[in-house]
Amino acid sequence: MSVSDETTRLATASTPDGASDAPAGLERELEDAFEATVAGEGRVEPRDWMPEGYRKTLIRQIAQHAHSEIIGMQPEGNWILRAPSLRRKAILLAKVQDEAGHGLYLYSATETLGVDRAELTEKLIDSKQKYSSIFNYPTLTFADIGVIGWLVDGAAICNQVPLCRSSYGPYARAMVRICKEESFHQRQGFELLMTLMAGTEAQREMVQDAVDRWWWPSLMMFGPADGDSPNTRQSMAWRIKRHTNDELRQRFVDMTVPQAAALGVTLPDPELRWNDERQAHDFGDIDWTEFTAVVKGAGPCNAQRLAHRRAAHEGGQWVRDAASAYAAKQARREAGEQVA
Amino acid sequence: MSMSDDTTAHVEGDPATDLGTGTPQATWPLYEVFVRGKRGLNHVHVGSLHAPDDRMALHNARNLYTRRNEGVSIWVVRADAITASSPEEKDPFFAPSGDKVYRHPTFYSIPDDVPHL
Ligand SMILES: [Fe+2]
Ligand SMILES: [Fe+2]
Repeated sequence: MSVSDETTRLATASTPDGASDAPAGLERELEDAFEATVAGEGRVEPRDWMPEGYRKTLIRQIAQHAHSEIIGMQPEGNWILRAPSLRRKAILLAKVQDEAGHGLYLYSATETLGVDRAELTEKLIDSKQKYSSIFNYPTLTFADIGVIGWLVDGAAICNQVPLCRSSYGPYARAMVRICKEESFHQRQGFELLMTLMAGTEAQREMVQDAVDRWWWPSLMMFGPADGDSPNTRQSMAWRIKRHTNDELRQRFVDMTVPQAAALGVTLPDPELRWNDERQAHDFGDIDWTEFTAVVKGAGPCNAQRLAHRRAAHEGGQWVRDAASAYAAKQARREAGEQVA
Repeated sequence: MSMSDDTTAHVEGDPATDLGTGTPQATWPLYEVFVRGKRGLNHVHVGSLHAPDDRMALHNARNLYTRRNEGVSIWVVRADAITASSPEEKDPFFAPSGDKVYRHPTFYSIPDDVPHL
């Protein structure tokens, strides 16, 4: 769908004067105005003119982000029925509900770019759009729930806080809302782990085992190394990405090391140490072969996650149909009453 | 209501819409959501959602946008019921107010020693 379509739909009173039909001179003028807005830290709003590449990149990025929130409910949802206490169950339920909300905020932001949520869901379950690879790993013990909150939500916060200043208004606003809620996610995870660490030897071992399994996948959440991330430059120029992958990864490592010490767990990287010269931590090489394999679908849970999402979507069709039928019946009734 | 900026460009829920899957499928209409944060404040646009009817839209808005006491009142409005000014006519549309400097208090110079003015 082109910009001109949307403009006509919403602004019925104005002359549809679509950017896509604009002559080359005007197009350049629009592009200059756009570049100036973005470079000046201004915000781009839904019906402003924007380059097609900007729109496409945003749709891909926000949709992928939305899908990650939605798929991300599965590994944690796996433990709702088995949570060890009512308190932990209520917390986990609230967290998973938040993630559903995050998905919806983000689908809502994507729709301002002229795509439909239903279309995005189809693309997800047809594997035409991606979601974060981290959710293709299984949650084997309840300690994984704590580690996900601490490391996975922690990494997400690192990624997301700068996006609150994204040049695209609806995306930035969704991120502000999301970041407010993420802090609860990380803290409940850390508190869960502190509780386990204060427990039995077996519980401490369970936490260490979970940390061992989730540490490297968490570092992979920031995406490929800068040298292998060709789109970063353009995205940074457009202000839809504010830092490079490696910058964010470094920030996450530096933030996490003292937290691990406070918890009393060991991060599974023998090369991890403070570098006084860089005033940052050095850390070992990431296994990019594993990363690529999981992105391409060979992770432990890829097939399961998508099959589950598809089943939930298709299994919910009758509910959506029933609600539509009910709404149509009510509307007919109301119309009938008005006539009578 | 004029909503020049925040309104979601909506794709109308036409029951016969083919979403590229080959099967006809009903898409619930899009609603824009406005929340009053607390008494004494205006309702503010917070986002959008899909719902089959007004009542469900209100319930979904409550679940989606006020899970932590973010509001005391919610409006939901079907996106296709909103008329908005268009960004292209930004200048001519708002121009009439641009040259009326005398509408601002700073237009009038008053001696500094005149109190409470
Ligand atoms: Fe989230
Ligand atoms: Fe989260």
